[in-house]
Amino acid sequence: MKRIYADLHMCPNSKDSEQAERMIRKASELGYYLIAMSLPPNFTEEKIQRLQNICEEANVDFASRVDLKPRTSKELINSLRKLRRRFEVIAVMCESKHVARQAAKDRRVDLVNFPSTDFRKRFFDRAEAELASNSLASFEIDIKPLLTLEGQARIRLLSILRREAAAARDFRVPIVVSSGVSEELLMRKPRELTALASLFDLDKASAIEAVSKNPVAIVKRNREKLSPHFVAPGIRIVRGGKDC
Amino acid sequence: MLKKVRRRYLALEIDSDEVVSSKEFMDAVWSAFLKLYGEYGASQAGLKLIDCDMEKRFAVIRTVHTTLEMVRTALASITKIENKPAAIHVLTVSGTVKSLYKKLDTKLSTL
Repeated sequence: MKRIYADLHMCPNSKDSEQAERMIRKASELGYYLIAMSLPPNFTEEKIQRLQNICEEANVDFASRVDLKPRTSKELINSLRKLRRRFEVIAVMCESKHVARQAAKDRRVDLVNFPSTDFRKRFFDRAEAELASNSLASFEIDIKPLLTLEGQARIRLLSILRREAAAARDFRVPIVVSSGVSEELLMRKPRELTALASLFDLDKASAIEAVSKNPVAIVKRNREKLSPHFVAPGIRIVRGGKDC
Repeated sequence: MLKKVRRRYLALEIDSDEVVSSKEFMDAVWSAFLKLYGEYGASQAGLKLIDCDMEKRFAVIRTVHTTLEMVRTALASITKIENKPAAIHVLTVSGTVKSLYKKLDTKLSTL
């Protein structure tokens, strides 16, 4: 069976629909079959539908994604309550330890992400990995800073990513490698993302899973949950009516 | 006895809005490789430009099979060629130039 590649973190300017269109076409050219774009929480259903139509034309599957940046864990819980049923992928950008811990243990969170330039705010340690391993959260790594940073900043980031990837591996937390880019020229082929993942000691098989199996599993699981036939994991309504 | 060197040829697409020369392209490749793997790593790669057509934004480079993944990583890390925004994508990899062009032809015909 042909492998499906996914990029769950494309960040075009939400006001520039042409740029989003160009990025979708580029993703298709580069060999992605599933993409998710970071959308603002107030993004309307019509706009999402429009993006889906563009993706359909480009032969790419589109998943809606929202990035939450809560300041407190209470704010995170409130946002999750409001948005979980509206978006297929929910990512949390953790800027404090409390938020990171809450995001890792909450089963409504799909991806935990951390600021790539402020190294003091990268809270993915072994405790965080242990919490994430008991929930459904995956650890997302954006490749963009590896391309844009230089010198000492990149060296420091690589060293931190190596430690975080090792913690995720030890606790079997799925790793998702995404591009995190907002320009077409920074987009890379899936095979190139896996090559860049080798910089933080991700072996080839895990790196390929991080751009294919792991992100695809998140979207598949959430689509099933958001379906009107879903009752509980493994239970779905097959037929309804009086004759049941 | 000396071990036979197993080479790998990479067909590359240069994605840029501006035209770059072959020298500028190879400088960018060397510079990216040096930044990531240092002089010791670069000395093992045996990088060489085999063919290039900068108008078609196409190039072929050669490396040693043991450093293929390092070359892929270095190529993926390139964002600029002589301060012009650019990206380099690997189209296909092969063990001989002849089979590289053959592979490339079949790849392009299926698109």
